Amino acid sequence: MLSYALKRLLGAVPTLFFIITAAFFLMRVAPGGPFDQERTLEPSVMANLNATFGLDEPLHVQYWMYLKNLAQGDMGPSFVYRDFKVHELLGSGLPVSIQLGLSALVLAFVVGAMLGCIAALRQNSWVDYLVISVATFGITVPNFVVAPVLALIFAIWLNLLPAGGWENWSLQHMLLPVVTLALPQVAVIARLIRGAMIEALRSDHVRTARAYGLPTRRIVVYHALRAASLPAVTYLGPAAAALLTGSIVVEQIFGIPGIGRYFVQGALNRDYTLVMGTVIIVAVFVVLFNLLVDLAYAALDPRVRYD
Amino acid sequence: MLFRQFGALAAAGAITAALAVPAAAQTYFRGSDGDPETLDQHKTSTVVEANLLRDLYEGLVVYDSKAQIIPGVAESWEVSEDGLVYTFTLRQDAKWSNGDPVTAGDFVYSLKRIQNPETAAKYASILYPIKNAEAINSGEAEVDTLGVKAVDDYTLEITLEQPTPYFVELLQHQTALPVHPASVEEHGTDFVQPENMVSNGAYTLESFVPNDKIVLVKNDAFREADQVQIARVEVLPFEDRATCVRRFEANEVHSCSDLPGEQIERLKETLGDKVHIAPYLGVYYYGINTKKEHLSDPNVRQALSMVIDREFLADEIFSGTMVPAYSWVPPGIGNYTEDAPQFEYADMSMLDREDEALRLMEEAGYGPDNPLKIEISYNTSENHKNAATAIADMWATLGVETTFNVRDASAHYAMLRDEKVHDVARAGWIGDYSDPQNFLFLNESHNTGFNYGNYENPEYDALMDKAAAETDLAARAEILAEAEAVFLRDVPQIPLLYYSSRSLVSDKLQGWEDNIQNAHATRWMSIVE
Amino acid sequence: MTDQTALSLDQEAPARPSRSLWATAFMRLKRNALAMISLAVLVLYVIAGIIGPEVTNHHYAEVYPEFVKVPASLEGYPRADEIPDLAESALARARLDLGQITVDGDTIRVEASSSREIDPRVTRYLDRSDLFSNSRIAETSADGTSVVMESDVERLHFYFGTDANGRDLLARTLISVRVSLMIGALATGVALIIGVLYGATAGFIGGRVDNLMMRIVDVLYSLPFIFFVILLVVFFGRNVVLMFIAVGAVEWLDMARIVRGQTLSLKNREFVQAAEALGVRSSGILKRHIIPNTLGPVIIYMTLLIPKVILLESFLSFLGLGVQEPLTSLGVLISEGAKNMRGDAYMLFFPAATLTLLLFALNFLGDGLRDALDPKDR
Repeated sequence: MLSYALKRLLGAVPTLFFIITAAFFLMRVAPGGPFDQERTLEPSVMANLNATFGLDEPLHVQYWMYLKNLAQGDMGPSFVYRDFKVHELLGSGLPVSIQLGLSALVLAFVVGAMLGCIAALRQNSWVDYLVISVATFGITVPNFVVAPVLALIFAIWLNLLPAGGWENWSLQHMLLPVVTLALPQVAVIARLIRGAMIEALRSDHVRTARAYGLPTRRIVVYHALRAASLPAVTYLGPAAAALLTGSIVVEQIFGIPGIGRYFVQGALNRDYTLVMGTVIIVAVFVVLFNLLVDLAYAALDPRVRYD
Repeated sequence: MLFRQFGALAAAGAITAALAVPAAAQTYFRGSDGDPETLDQHKTSTVVEANLLRDLYEGLVVYDSKAQIIPGVAESWEVSEDGLVYTFTLRQDAKWSNGDPVTAGDFVYSLKRIQNPETAAKYASILYPIKNAEAINSGEAEVDTLGVKAVDDYTLEITLEQPTPYFVELLQHQTALPVHPASVEEHGTDFVQPENMVSNGAYTLESFVPNDKIVLVKNDAFREADQVQIARVEVLPFEDRATCVRRFEANEVHSCSDLPGEQIERLKETLGDKVHIAPYLGVYYYGINTKKEHLSDPNVRQALSMVIDREFLADEIFSGTMVPAYSWVPPGIGNYTEDAPQFEYADMSMLDREDEALRLMEEAGYGPDNPLKIEISYNTSENHKNAATAIADMWATLGVETTFNVRDASAHYAMLRDEKVHDVARAGWIGDYSDPQNFLFLNESHNTGFNYGNYENPEYDALMDKAAAETDLAARAEILAEAEAVFLRDVPQIPLLYYSSRSLVSDKLQGWEDNIQNAHATRWMSIVE
Repeated sequence: MTDQTALSLDQEAPARPSRSLWATAFMRLKRNALAMISLAVLVLYVIAGIIGPEVTNHHYAEVYPEFVKVPASLEGYPRADEIPDLAESALARARLDLGQITVDGDTIRVEASSSREIDPRVTRYLDRSDLFSNSRIAETSADGTSVVMESDVERLHFYFGTDANGRDLLARTLISVRVSLMIGALATGVALIIGVLYGATAGFIGGRVDNLMMRIVDVLYSLPFIFFVILLVVFFGRNVVLMFIAVGAVEWLDMARIVRGQTLSLKNREFVQAAEALGVRSSGILKRHIIPNTLGPVIIYMTLLIPKVILLESFLSFLGLGVQEPLTSLGVLISEGAKNMRGDAYMLFFPAATLTLLLFALNFLGDGLRDALDPKDR
């Protein structure tokens, strides 16, 4: 298993290289540069800026410089936020994004699994339809609608929770964004678990357990859920990617200092190094996460072996 | 289990919140339009930075709560007869936050630093009136040749390239704020970090977490510290205006520095006079590419301008937060004539304007059989989109067929600067200082960066040069007015609206005075419970 | 994955594999009421998208300056009691002293006087507004300083209200249904073509080629693709066609994996081997036997992909990177509506309800198809 994990990690290196190269040149093809803004700059000023940031060099030289610096762990200075290096910006945002994302993932999993089980146990009853309809509703409403509605209800009308802002591990500040982020995932997970659970409940070993007269709860928790959670575990990878997208919206609406908006803001500002940094971080994260998912899969499903 | 835990933590949170109330009484939670790009006064270019630096540093002169120039570190100054040499006498009691005195040498160091090409200052050009500044910044002269000199520790002499009547006004701009030389020498570009920053304003920087908040605390070494009432400022960046409004409504911020256009009507109804809308020194306009053949005829441009119902744009599209513009230079600007020129059809009815415009178009050979085709370029924004849609509809009465080209801001302005392939392009300008020159220079033919009309009129350029050489303010104002009249005759760019500043200000925040610069230093304000 | 292997067990007659499959599936589907309702709703949407914008009472790009952000209503605009005010404001620029204004059914009479002689063109102030038409001078006093104008009042119906420019939201919702469905269908189409060809090729050739091709898919999986979509859209303008391609290019990976798995199991089936033995060329086998047999799971996946694409488009709209004016999409309308939620809730409600219903239908149809094509269930 360890050697498998190592092999996967090694295999990620060319992937990352490919991503970095693609992102680098894609950024540069774009019209406009980091210093094009509502206020056009004097040519002399522009020349100074370009010289300072090495933008006056030919592109391949810049690319080579970037790779060289990156190999030494230096992602360069941000072109727009000039008091910061890219790793400082990402370093302050990443823990927040991880907190937010993980909490949402856990919440989505717990609630989704619960709903999925309930629906499966009462298959084709009104409970089933209700759960699935509510869950589907979660997918169909865009999160940029859900977020302000939640803020309106809980922060402005009821005055129970803050309308935005962030403090580390402050539940009050986390609740609304995490719920917004988890909502569509709850829906997907509930449906996945429901389907797999129905199948698992029909499987031989669950039938056997039933025949032995074990209580339903015990059967569900110990026998069926384990098998039923497999497709949901597989879904973790795509879910993490979806959370990433969602966090861009949620961070913006709730004013959370994560890294999600660096990408959009960075892309709009042509902050080349910041976008590159974000892309790299996210790619590394996705690679690691997929590996973890595969390992978790192996742990849950005895038929899968990695050597 | 899960819910029990939620409850316990929520209760804990409530207690913390309750405990935080007395402290919050002296903290000003200030909503800002976004993060500053930098806190280095020599690299800044944005309004957000201007607001922060205004609290952190004190320049030779400063704005009071009404944005009138008052002495800052300089207690007085004299101007030589030819208008070229300014001699400032500095206060003896001005101190840096580490206790060092603020000296003339600090200003010399700072003004040289911003022009040094190595600093790569975005806004060095605003101080180009200082002798040799432009040459130094372009790398054609030594930094030491800059026209600034410390006669002694408390006397600063600045020599200009040519007379500049608005020069003192320029000195309140954040680019003219001093840096603490020893800190810059020691920490290099990191002097802006909270642990390194030494400032001479009413506040010092306590912390800066990007995208989260910037905390300023009162500077006890400030010369008027005893009059500064707010002990702590938390500046919260809001990329999304609606977020600030929600937090304002939830009583989590004391002020918002901008409002979402869609909500103005509702906010005026529900929040009443907490909504502040004040004239602002800025113009919202459409640059018409006069180099394009079909737009080269001034009569066609005039017709296009004439037929735009600016009242509709101001009232309906911008919910009354903009003012219809019939001239280029916004009203209320300093150093200008009383009866500034404006479009002659400013007072005509829309119908007469339509008829006249139709006539002009017909004369130029456009009509139903030969419609004028125009592409409006604008940068992504809900308001720009709505305005463009409305204008296209107004132009439709002239038979103009309009299409749109939307780019994000960076691509839009890069296109305007380099390729200039637009027919008509949306742009806006907020004045840096209260002088008509700051608006009219946008149309000079050599000002390729801003001349979105591709305007090239020797008459206009000559008038601008003449105004620059004129030292008598009244005579200069007349010449500038003449230049504006020429511009309005040719309309290479169509002024549409004057900006207004729009803010939300809590009742608890006292001392907020609406002003044309939208400058609100925290030192003039206080918080009551 | 389990679904697909199960599906292949359902093959009965190798010579005509698809027909029996589809017949059974459709029979099953017909028994599922929810899925059938969803199918009907979907058909309605398609019809609404195709002919809706052509048959509404307003064009989706028509601007009504008098009716900026008027709420949804079954009653016509202007309301009877608003007419005098509107006439007054229409005439405000004429600088006349307005006398009595009377509304009589669908005509309005305005008395006006002035210190100077009144220009007969003055009626055009009324005509200029969309509300009044056929304005005429009914009476003129001898000295020409006072007149009575008459005008027909037009009643406009905005069943969904109007937007910030005064455009009919019903018409805009209909055109947005067309655009959103088009985006969904086209992006899914791109994903389908790339995914099916890629997956089938990899699965059919197998061995090292398969390994390599799937390896590439794995690499692409770890790309933060949503970022690339944003970059592409930011860079190359808001070109709708480009958006389809970008989104399709993101979403084909799952499709390729599904099809490959399906192909692998089909490859060893008797009918494929028979074809091979008869000397049918690989491309022929792929076209005649493999691809048709993978269609079941592919269709299920498509019904789930379309909503995903529509939501992705709405996300881009939220970022301000949506479809260009004067066209619009559900995502654009909803993100505009979300901004106006507090003051003008109808601007959010109608497009959001439209999207929700559409996505519900697609989801339930997808579920229904899955059940119908999976013989183990029920």
